[in-house]
Order: sequence, then structure tokens, then C-alpha cells
Amino acid sequence: MTTRYTQSHEYVRVEDGIGVVGVTDYAQSQLGDVVFVELPPIGQSLSKGAEAATVESVKAASEVNAPVSGTVVDVNSALADSPGLVNEDPSGKGWFLKIKLADAAEIDSLMDEDAYREFLKAVS
Amino acid sequence: MSDRQTAAAVRELARTPLYDLHRALGARMVVFAGYAMPVQFPSGIISEHLHTRARVGLFDVSHMGQAILAGSQATYRLETLVPGEIAALAPGQMRYTQLLDADGHILDDLMVTRLDDEAGRERLFLVANAATKRADFAHIAAELPDCALTVLDDRALLALQGPKAAEVLRRHVSSAVAKSVSAMPFMSAKSDERDDVFFIISRSGYTGEDGFEISIPAAAASGFAQELLDEADVRPTGLGARDSLRLEAGLCLNGHDIDRTTGPVEAGLLWSISKRRREAGGFFGYEHVKRAIDHVPSRLRTGFLLEGKAPARQGSEIVTLAGQTIGRITSGGFAPSLGRPVAMGYVDTAHAAPGTQVCLIVRGKPLAAKIVPMPFVPHRYFRGD
Repeated sequence: MTTRYTQSHEYVRVEDGIGVVGVTDYAQSQLGDVVFVELPPIGQSLSKGAEAATVESVKAASEVNAPVSGTVVDVNSALADSPGLVNEDPSGKGWFLKIKLADAAEIDSLMDEDAYREFLKAVS
Repeated sequence: MSDRQTAAAVRELARTPLYDLHRALGARMVVFAGYAMPVQFPSGIISEHLHTRARVGLFDVSHMGQAILAGSQATYRLETLVPGEIAALAPGQMRYTQLLDADGHILDDLMVTRLDDEAGRERLFLVANAATKRADFAHIAAELPDCALTVLDDRALLALQGPKAAEVLRRHVSSAVAKSVSAMPFMSAKSDERDDVFFIISRSGYTGEDGFEISIPAAAASGFAQELLDEADVRPTGLGARDSLRLEAGLCLNGHDIDRTTGPVEAGLLWSISKRRREAGGFFGYEHVKRAIDHVPSRLRTGFLLEGKAPARQGSEIVTLAGQTIGRITSGGFAPSLGRPVAMGYVDTAHAAPGTQVCLIVRGKPLAAKIVPMPFVPHRYFRGD
């Protein structure tokens, strides 16, 4: 299992060619209370960096981008009734979607946990 | 998210006297009208919002503009710039009104409080919006050269809002005012002096709840805020909750729901124009306002209750079920007290009846909504015993 991070604060946790995508704890703290999440249809193909979902906090709407290219194979339907899971457990129950990776090598261009931690120090 | 730019921008901004206190309380700071302001504290917008409705929220609104207009006929003179009833104000009374341009459009909305006369001059305490305060005060000074406008840059403004606000504030004013603070009716004001600090306390606010706005010298503001925050019922509350509270209360945000393209009648602010002023006029843009009163305006500001959970925000198109565009949303978001999204915007008058089903277009998709009267959450102002 490998977890990688983007500069726009998404994570992708890859296991057996499937990536679980969500936003980082830093991202949820910046968003504030999440009140709605719009998820893509299953089967949609996404290219790396494309808008994959929209997350609405009390203040504003923000885009969640696909960290890697691939096809959406599952979405977290629990977010429909409990969007607050994104705040409470962003890396666990607050995941957004699962992508079947089109190119497993793409994750090498993303930050690992140490690199992301350094990146956070620089931006905050 | 563009964190880097935001962090750099925040460092170069104007600060209110409570800046250090906000940071110490763990606020998330954002840019608002050139100021570094707290959008939320660690408990979050929804929690701050609900706490204000249940108990008391303390807001820093020191970015707003404060000024005193003085002159032998200051009340009549200000009436040439606003449609509100100012001349009838007795000392200690206040009004909500709007600065209008010659076309009857809104430059800003503001609170006007009549203070006690001083040396034979009438005095009005003005509170204007942060983004427009410089332009407002320049306009007033230029149009009323016979009055003296003193901008109070050295004062902070705190809002103490919520059902327990009077009970709390009573313990933090002079003993003379403590006896009467609970009995002050909504839209009245008092001056107070405690420990050589001069306060202007008004029973007013922007949340729909009972509450007070307190003008205090900048140097004393942080200590006074800390005193209030030491009360068990009081929590620091940011601009995020201020916006969601005013939205639920159906109150206009200047630059969004009202601006230089909207007039007070279509904005639903006719209640703020007295009979005398509707008939006698004598203010900038009167003929346009009069026309809007005599003939129903072509569009009206209305409220929208969305059926789903996705919010519609400023800029969303409003369409009929048949797909005809009839207006645009000017403010919208999640209403924490209702647990669902609400919005306000202008629609063609023919389609503005409460109960009308419409669609709001968000990211290209239609969201079902219904036109409803505002406020979305009833006002709970204190009108007197």
C-alpha cells in the first residue's frame, strides 16, 4: 500500500492498482465544515489533475482534483448523508472515490508523506 | 487552494485592534476588505453559528467604518443623502438606511445613531461597511461641507449577539448603565463611561438575534473582548458565521445583495423609508425611488429554499421549470439552523410569488428550489417588555 499527496492537498492510497482518493487533514481544516460533496458517476474516466469532485463547505465550493488518471470504480455514498465525515476522518471514512489507475507510474510524480509534510511547512 | 498567496497577503493587510487576540484564540485569518479578519475559530462555522443562536457570539467588526457627523442641522443635512427618517430621531435612537446615488442606486447601507447634541450641534454616529467606508465618508464630507465629519479610526467595534447578550453585557458596563441595558429596545443606543473608557453601546446587530454593537477605543478593545470571552456563555465567532447568520436572517450584504445596480425598493428595503420621506423626497435618486414605489419594480429580492443538500451561491442563474431565465442568486449557502441550503436573489416580479417552484443552476445542473418569504429564521429582536 502506497500513499501519495498532491500540492492541492489530495491523497491517493494505492493498493492492487486501485487508488482511494480523498483530501488531507490540512485540506479539511482549511475547508472548514463540509456540508455537501458532489461525486462523479462510476465509470467516468478522469485524467490526472482533472476535477473529480466538488466539496462545499459553509463558506465556499472547492474542487477536488484527480491525483492520477484512471476510471472511477466506486464513490463514498456515505458522504451524501454525512458530509461531515470529511472533517472527522478525512483519511478514513471521509474518502471520496476509488480510481482504477490507468498508469501506475503516475504516482511516482506525487509527494510521499515526508515530502508532503515539508510542503505543508512551506505553505502554512 | 492557494495557501501561499493567502499567507503572504494576510501579512500585508490592515489589522484590527483584536488581531493578536484572534491569533491567540487559534483563528483562521482571511482577507476581507483589505483587513486580516478571522473567518472562523477552531470550533468551526457551524458550531459558532449555532452557539450564537443559543447563547452569545462575540464578533470583531472593527474593520467597519465609524464616524461622527456634527452640525447645527446634521439630521436634516444627512437626509439629503439617504432615504431614511433621520430628522425624527431623538438622541439614543438609531436607523438603518442607505446612501443612494443620483440614480437611486445603493452606494452602501449604514447605521445612523443620534447622539446627544453638543455645543448646539446635532451629532450622528455612523457605521458603514468596510469595503466602502472611505468612499462613503468622502461622499458625505463632500456633499455636506457645512457639517463636520470626524472619522473614528482609533475605535474598535465589537458585536455581542445572541439571546443571552443582555445578561452578559450587564456585568461589563458602568453601574449606571447596568440597570438599564436589559431594557434598551432594539435600535436604541447609549453612551457609557467605565474606567475612563468611553463606549457607544447600541442594541442592534446583523444576526437576527438580540444583541449589541459596542464601539470602544482601540487601546481598550482587546482587554474588553477578553473580559467578555471569560464569560461561560460567550464564544469568539468569525466572519463565516456572521455571513451564515445574516443570510438566515434575510439581511442584505452590500456588494452582493445590494450595490450600485440595485435600488432600495426592489431590494425589499421600503420598510426603511418613512411615509414622510416617500412623499416629500429630498434625497439623491428620489425620482427613481418614487417611481419604484408607485409602479411595482421589474424585479424583487426574494428568498429561496433549496430542496436538496447542494448549496447555490452568488451568480447562480434562476430559471423557471420551463427553462426561462428569470434572475440570479446574490447570496447563498448552507443554513446551519435549518440544516439545509438557502439563497437570496433577484427575480422578475411576475415570477416572485412565494411558493413558486424554480431551478437554480449550479455547475450546469438544475437544483430544485422554492421561493419563500424571508427571514428564513425568525428575528428575535428585543422590542421592549
